[in-house]
Amino acid sequence: MQIKENFNAFEDLVPPITELNKSYRENLAGGRLVLQACMLCNKNQYPFESFCYECGSTDLTEVSSTGEGSVYSFVKVHQPYHPAFKPFIPYFVSTVQLDDGPRMLAAMFESDDILEIGDRVAARIEKISETEAMLLFEKIR
Amino acid sequence: MKNLRNRYCIVGVGNTAYGKNPGVSQVAHNILAIRSALEDAGLEAKQLDGILTKAPTSTFPMLWGPKIAEALRVQPKVTGTIDQAGASNIGLIQYAVSAIELGQAEYIAISYGDNPRTGTRASYARPRGEDALAGLFGAPSSYAMVAKRHMYEYGTTPEQLANVAIAHRTHASMNPGAQFQELFTLEDYLASRWVAEPFRLLDCCPVSDGGAAYIITTEENAKELNKEPIYIEGIGQGHPSWDFFRRPELATSGAAIAGKMAFDSAQMTTDDVDFCEIYDCFTIVPLISLEEYGFVKKGEGGSFYEEKRTHLGGELPCNTSGGLLSETGMPGTQLVVEAVRQLRGECENRQVEGAQVGLVSQQGGIMTTHATMLLSNIGAN
Ligand SMILES: [Zn+2]
Repeated sequence: MQIKENFNAFEDLVPPITELNKSYRENLAGGRLVLQACMLCNKNQYPFESFCYECGSTDLTEVSSTGEGSVYSFVKVHQPYHPAFKPFIPYFVSTVQLDDGPRMLAAMFESDDILEIGDRVAARIEKISETEAMLLFEKIR
Repeated sequence: MKNLRNRYCIVGVGNTAYGKNPGVSQVAHNILAIRSALEDAGLEAKQLDGILTKAPTSTFPMLWGPKIAEALRVQPKVTGTIDQAGASNIGLIQYAVSAIELGQAEYIAISYGDNPRTGTRASYARPRGEDALAGLFGAPSSYAMVAKRHMYEYGTTPEQLANVAIAHRTHASMNPGAQFQELFTLEDYLASRWVAEPFRLLDCCPVSDGGAAYIITTEENAKELNKEPIYIEGIGQGHPSWDFFRRPELATSGAAIAGKMAFDSAQMTTDDVDFCEIYDCFTIVPLISLEEYGFVKKGEGGSFYEEKRTHLGGELPCNTSGGLLSETGMPGTQLVVEAVRQLRGECENRQVEGAQVGLVSQQGGIMTTHATMLLSNIGAN
C-alpha cells in the first residue's frame, strides 16, 4: 500500500502505542479493521480494553470487521483545526454504526461533497507512514 | 423524592466583569466574585465555613477548594470540587445543602473563575489521538453532531437554531454586563461563517474570562441578611455519561431525568415555572432541554424558539441575561446568578414581571452530565 499525497501529514495525530491499542493499530497498518470480541456475550467492541464493556468478562479475542455500516450522524467541518486536514476542507466527520459492532468515529473525504444520515458506508484505510494507517469511511456507490 | 422546599437559600450572588480580564488570575476571579457575593448578602469572609468550587476549565488543578479558601484567609470545615463539568454548578449546591443538612457548615460559598481568554489555554491545546485522527476537534463539532441527528429525527431547521441565538442576544442587548449586546438578524446568522455544519459561528458561545459566586445558608440565617432569601426548592441530576457518539440516543440529554427529580423534590410541575436559565453553550442545547423537561413535546423545541415564545414578554422567557451565547461563555455559574437576580426583581428592563419560580438547567461535556434546580422567592408563606 502506497502513501497517497497529503496523507503523511496525519502521522502527527497518531496516538501513542500502548499495550491495549497495539494490535488494533498494527492491523490497521496492514489494511485490516479489527474489533475486540467477547467470548462470553459475543459482543464486539471498540476501543480495546482488558474487559468487556457489556458483561465485564476478561475473556476477549479479536475479530475482523466487515467495515460496513450506516451513517448515524455527521458534521461537515469547515475550519482547519489541524494542518493535516487543510487539503481536505470541507470534510465530513461521521458517526458510523457498524453492521457487526460498535459505533465508530471517522473522517470522510467525499469528492461529491454529499452525505446523508443513513447512507451505507465502508471502511477506507489509508497508509500515513511505514508503520501507521488511518481509518476513514467512504460511501458505498 | 425527599421534599426540599423552603429550607435552604441563596443569600448572596456576585460576579466579575465578563470577557477579557488581562492580569486577573484564576484565583482572583474566584475571590472577586465571592467577595462581591459576600457584600451582596451582608456577610464577611470569616463567617464562611464552607468553600466549594468548580475547577477552571482551562487548567485542571488539584486541591482547588483549599487554594480558594487560603486566598480568603478561611480554613473551612467543608471544601472541595465536584467534576460534572457544566453541571457542577448545581452539583455543588446539592453538596452544600447536604453539608448544611448534616450540620457540618452554615454559610457555604460556591464559586467559579477562569481566564481562558487572556490566561493559559492548556486544555484547549491541539489534541492528538483517535478523535483527532477522525477529524473531530473540540466541542463545536461534537455538539453539531447532536444537532444534525436532532434535525434528522425531528426536522429541526437552521432557522430554528438561529432563533435560539437571536432570543438570547435580544436579552443580552438589555443587559449592560453582557459581553455581546449588539443585535443581529436571521440574515446575519445565515451569513455567519460555518464552524462545523450545521453550526455557524453564531451557534457557538465565546471563550470568556470571568468569575461568579453564590452563598448558601439555612432559611433561618437567610432571614437575618441583606437581601430577600431565594429558596432552593428542588434539585435533580441525571447523567447520560458515555462518549457522546456511542450513546443509544444522541438527540436527547439528561434533562428528562434531572428535571423530574427536581420537580418531584420541589413538588412542582412545568406549569409553575415563570422563566428558565438554560445552559446554552451551543444553540441545540436549550432547544433539546425544553423538550426533555416537558415544556414542549419532543421535536417541538425548534418551533417554540422560532415562534419567539422564549422572549421576554413571551410565555416562557429563557436566558434573560443572554446566556453563554451572549452574556458570557463562562460554563454556567452566571445562570444561577441571573436566576437569583430575576427572583429578587433586580433585573430592570430585562425583568420577568412577577417572576416567582425559575428553573436553572446545567449540563456538561457533550450532554454528558445534567443537573436542574428550581428556585423561588415564595418561601413558606
Ligand atoms: Zn461480554
